[in-house]
Amino acid sequence: MVKQHSKVSYQVMWNRLISVVEEQAQALVRTAFSTSVREAGDLSAGVYDTQGRMLAQAVTGTPGHVNAMADAVAHFIRRIGRDNMFEGDVYITNDPWEGTGHLHDITMVTPSFHGGALVGFFACTAHIVDIGGRGFGADAASVYEEGLYLPIMKFAERGTVDETLVRIVRGNVREPDQLIGDMYALATCNEIGHRRLIEMMREFDLGDLDGIAEFILENSRRATLERIAALPQKSASGEMTVDGFDVPITLKVKVSVEGDRILSDFTGSSGLDKKGINCPLVYAKAYACYALKVAIAPEIPNNHASLLPFEIAAPENSILNAQHPAPVALRHIVGHFVPDTVYNAFDKIVPGLVPAEGAGCLCNFQVSLRPRSDAPAPAHARRSEVLTFNSGGSGARPDFDGLNATAFPSGVMTMPIEATEHAGPVIIWRKELRPDSGGAGKTRGGLGQFMEVGAMEGHEFDIQAMFDRGDHPARGSRGGKNGASTTIAQDDGTPMRVKGKQFVPHGRKVVMAFPGGAGYGDPSLRDKAAVRRDLARGYISAEVAHRDYGLAQSEINAVEAAIAKGEDV
Amino acid sequence: MKAAAIRLGVDIGGTFTDVVLEKEGAQFSTKVLTTYAAPENAIIDGMQQVCAKAGITPNQIGQIIHGTTLATNALIERRGAKTALITTEGFRDVIEMRTESRFEQYDLNLTLPEPLLARQMRFTVTERVNARGEVLIDLDRAEVEAVVDRIAKAGFESVAVGLIHSYLNPTHEQMIRDVLAEKLPEVSISISSEVSPQMREYERFNTVVANAYIKPLMASYLGRLEDRLRDEGVGCRIFLMHSGGGIISIANAADFPVRLVESGPAGGAVFAAHIAARYGLDKVLSFDMGGTTAKICLIKNQTPKTSRVFEVARTYRFKKGSGMPISIPVIDMVEIGAGGGSLAHVDAMRQIRVGPESAGSEPGPACYGRGGERPAVTDADLVLGKLDPANFAGGSIPLYPETSKAALNAHVGGTLDMDAVEAAFGVAEVVDENMANAARVHAVENGEDLSEYTMIAFGGAAPLHAGRLCEKLGVERLIVPPGAGVGSAIGFLRAPFSFEANRSVYMKLSDFDGPRISALLSELKQEATGFVRTCDADSPILAEFKVYMRYSGQGWEIPIELTEEQAMAPDAATFLARFEEDYAKLFGRTVEGMDVEITVWSVNATTPPEQVARVAIAQDTTAVEGNATRQLFDPASGAFLAASVVERSGLETGHRVLGPAAMTEDETTIIIPASRDAIRQPDGCIDILTKGA
Repeated sequence: MVKQHSKVSYQVMWNRLISVVEEQAQALVRTAFSTSVREAGDLSAGVYDTQGRMLAQAVTGTPGHVNAMADAVAHFIRRIGRDNMFEGDVYITNDPWEGTGHLHDITMVTPSFHGGALVGFFACTAHIVDIGGRGFGADAASVYEEGLYLPIMKFAERGTVDETLVRIVRGNVREPDQLIGDMYALATCNEIGHRRLIEMMREFDLGDLDGIAEFILENSRRATLERIAALPQKSASGEMTVDGFDVPITLKVKVSVEGDRILSDFTGSSGLDKKGINCPLVYAKAYACYALKVAIAPEIPNNHASLLPFEIAAPENSILNAQHPAPVALRHIVGHFVPDTVYNAFDKIVPGLVPAEGAGCLCNFQVSLRPRSDAPAPAHARRSEVLTFNSGGSGARPDFDGLNATAFPSGVMTMPIEATEHAGPVIIWRKELRPDSGGAGKTRGGLGQFMEVGAMEGHEFDIQAMFDRGDHPARGSRGGKNGASTTIAQDDGTPMRVKGKQFVPHGRKVVMAFPGGAGYGDPSLRDKAAVRRDLARGYISAEVAHRDYGLAQSEINAVEAAIAKGEDV
Repeated sequence: MKAAAIRLGVDIGGTFTDVVLEKEGAQFSTKVLTTYAAPENAIIDGMQQVCAKAGITPNQIGQIIHGTTLATNALIERRGAKTALITTEGFRDVIEMRTESRFEQYDLNLTLPEPLLARQMRFTVTERVNARGEVLIDLDRAEVEAVVDRIAKAGFESVAVGLIHSYLNPTHEQMIRDVLAEKLPEVSISISSEVSPQMREYERFNTVVANAYIKPLMASYLGRLEDRLRDEGVGCRIFLMHSGGGIISIANAADFPVRLVESGPAGGAVFAAHIAARYGLDKVLSFDMGGTTAKICLIKNQTPKTSRVFEVARTYRFKKGSGMPISIPVIDMVEIGAGGGSLAHVDAMRQIRVGPESAGSEPGPACYGRGGERPAVTDADLVLGKLDPANFAGGSIPLYPETSKAALNAHVGGTLDMDAVEAAFGVAEVVDENMANAARVHAVENGEDLSEYTMIAFGGAAPLHAGRLCEKLGVERLIVPPGAGVGSAIGFLRAPFSFEANRSVYMKLSDFDGPRISALLSELKQEATGFVRTCDADSPILAEFKVYMRYSGQGWEIPIELTEEQAMAPDAATFLARFEEDYAKLFGRTVEGMDVEITVWSVNATTPPEQVARVAIAQDTTAVEGNATRQLFDPASGAFLAASVVERSGLETGHRVLGPAAMTEDETTIIIPASRDAIRQPDGCIDILTKGA
């Protein structure tokens, strides 16, 4: 009986824990105020044992938070102290180094008590709209300018919220109601996770989580190590250069498969940048780990044991190991390039598994609208902040084309433009695929996209551009061609920069083209049916079909005739 | 609704077409194989069978209610018309770009589902309306004509029109419709401001495209069906079940066929709601488990919960985001890949996984002995004693426990060092846990506590698993109605005439405009009532008012029901109080100091629900012994117990069967766990309660 109980019921309990943290994440999505959480899914949620080891993590969420939050609970245990933890407590931080990489992520941890004893923790992280300081952007010279810093501390003790903390927060941020709303949403989602856990413990008559924790961690560890052991035990180096803010940034890595671990060592990468695109090690680790895990052990759930064998090193105060007080607000830009860098090396260890380079970082921008200042503004004109998330193309895979206008490695979603236009007096004039932007190859890179943004009559605005790949397009792999670069200008031709806050006068639009993913393999080997299909759909022009893929003029004519007849090709 | 004397319910499913005839309270039902090439043939066949059983001729039928998966299947199998989309310049790729995200982050070789219309089928026109409904760029008729000429030349059969912010100002869509109608009278037209006037372009465009895509097919099918029924002498009107749980006229169904998607499952939910009414139950969880999927729905106050958007044709393990969003009124259900045919395996973590891959009917589970080598849920059920190998499907399909054991040993037990029984236990527990988790998440999303609920189970595999599911969910009471195999078709006969009209209009409570609100809601009421009136000329029509509200800045609205009085004489304080009440119930607390906004307005017009006679619960019960016993595995204790075997048909009102027991009938077996007893109620329902409760 006992034997049966352990084998089958542990299976059931593991399933249950994954469901519990998913409920936790869904509660956060539904109650959060930040667009980044509720529309874009920039969040994570997980359950931990009393040692701070993550047992399960919600599927909903984005890889950037994965490892970062996995490590966070141990910091909370150390800072708060077990003797100082009580039922009804909730802890908080936005420490970039002990949380998830920048002040705009708030992490909350709730201890879970059962029968008077501490049995585990729930943690969740969300990207919030504003934390004061200079606002979301790369313009700060140090973390002090990037906003309010909340060291690991108690948000609530024995159920009573720290009103002093709430007043300080309210006094330091631009959207205090929303931020306080988000803080409560985070606390609520942990509470929901806690309730479900206790129900499970009652159902299975558990006094603690030790048994199930060992079961989960041992099975995950063993499965992960099996995958690593099956790889060639060797090292390879990779590198990639991207735009950076003022000067290009080079990421270098040596990936070593060493029996029971894979080490990604970023020694040789660029030093710190003057602007806030530096990356704390936790965030670089999150993406290095994601890149390798999705390649070799995708179905093993994220937990302490399945993440442990993926190790990372980078010299202190290099771009991927920024130390306090370096500015880190836009750490995602460099962080999102970590997977492509790791793949550049890993492709030499296991050929034919990982994709060519893609757009990499999300193509996000924020517009700050206000009544026009060059002439009298209409009475209805108002100030408003609107943040949008957009994606370029992903890199071609060895056996599949890259994904058009789809985020990789990030897991976030875009917002409907109709919703964006309700959020403020902004007008999105164009948001559609960008033909010929996917790098040619045996498999083609994913297409980037065109966007045009302006303001409603009577407004002018600043645009905070957070793009890259202006001078450094995604590089083709194994004979594939590069993806198209990012371009940005005003509609009258006035040039603009890919990063930074820039003014746009009344009546002007910003015209943007986001990058495509790179191609994989020799384009002349591409299946001609796929080339004809791409031409029919307008993914590629007749010129590219002929020049890069060698499609004969007669075949081009045939495709064009089919289109006129409304036929699928 | 005037009760016609004789009514016919017809549900076309993927495998079977179910036909139920009701005459003076008596039911006559049959299942015939669905005839894909001409689905009306199965209907005629089934109708003749039930008419013969009831001793009537088709011309005596007073009303026919029909639901079908044909619309859904056409979307899944991409068998629609040659369709074009006309959209706003700059937004040609909305239905292809989706949410720009990957629904599965841990798959490097992920492929996204193809949009219904390839890019060359999507045309653009220069025009623009802003978020206040004002025209920024006028639509040029000459440009529309040029596009229409290209569409004509290409020979498209159906055209969808979807323009940005058309839910606020439909004039441009209407202009395009008029040009199309004028120049191409043979072509079928759908415009998004009529099909789904809701904000969020991806959902709205996709919905209008889906409607256009299946419109010629469904119109032709419905026309043929009408003709065939006339030929058979049927003189009554024919109505269609829609996904929102009500009935619409055949003409409306032909205009808005996308509303027929999910009509079958909606019928199942209405069926469960009707049982709930009979028993006076206000909190019911309906559980429908078939061969490949399980569907779970919350039914409060005898009304299935509805939603404004759902996803059809999921392409990746039933994963959220891998299908097409359709924004129409729909009964809110969770569907997961868990059925009797779902296959089990062991993954790299040595975890047992079940589904969504299914053995289907060929080769079927290993126990069918038709070459299936992998263990299915049915194999686990057999090994655990839940099924009688000699008496499956009324004895028509012999089952082979040894092949089940071999499959379980080979694919589960071997890796995990378990014998066949323990492996079967593991498989059954995992599939039950998957379904329980889906039910729990659904309940949490709706702020409900399932321990207060009663489960109503139907569908072939549900009675085998419902008892264990109740144990897992802390549900005390389980009802298995008779006729569970044709539940959806019976549900059609219980559905009211109804039509829900929606509109997206933003309004903050700080800008509350009472007169505008009452005008908008009156207009919606008139629209919805008009549709219902075409179905029923005399019945009173009730209006149900709902608004979707949220704190300004949030992305998720919650539905708030209003009384007619609150809707017609609106005031901000009442709206706020109603919102805060429901918000606190869902999320535990309200948020201070935030403005609240209304995003969507909805009026559902419906004929009054049928008066349902409450069943007189059996008061005196008599324990009955089974005619045999067999070994039945009890998952709660993890051991085999001696269980009595009783035939359902032999039970009389008030008979009590003590768990553990297996109650057999032709279509399925009801498993009564050791923790429960079952009572046969006067209406034939089997009422299963926790012992001592």
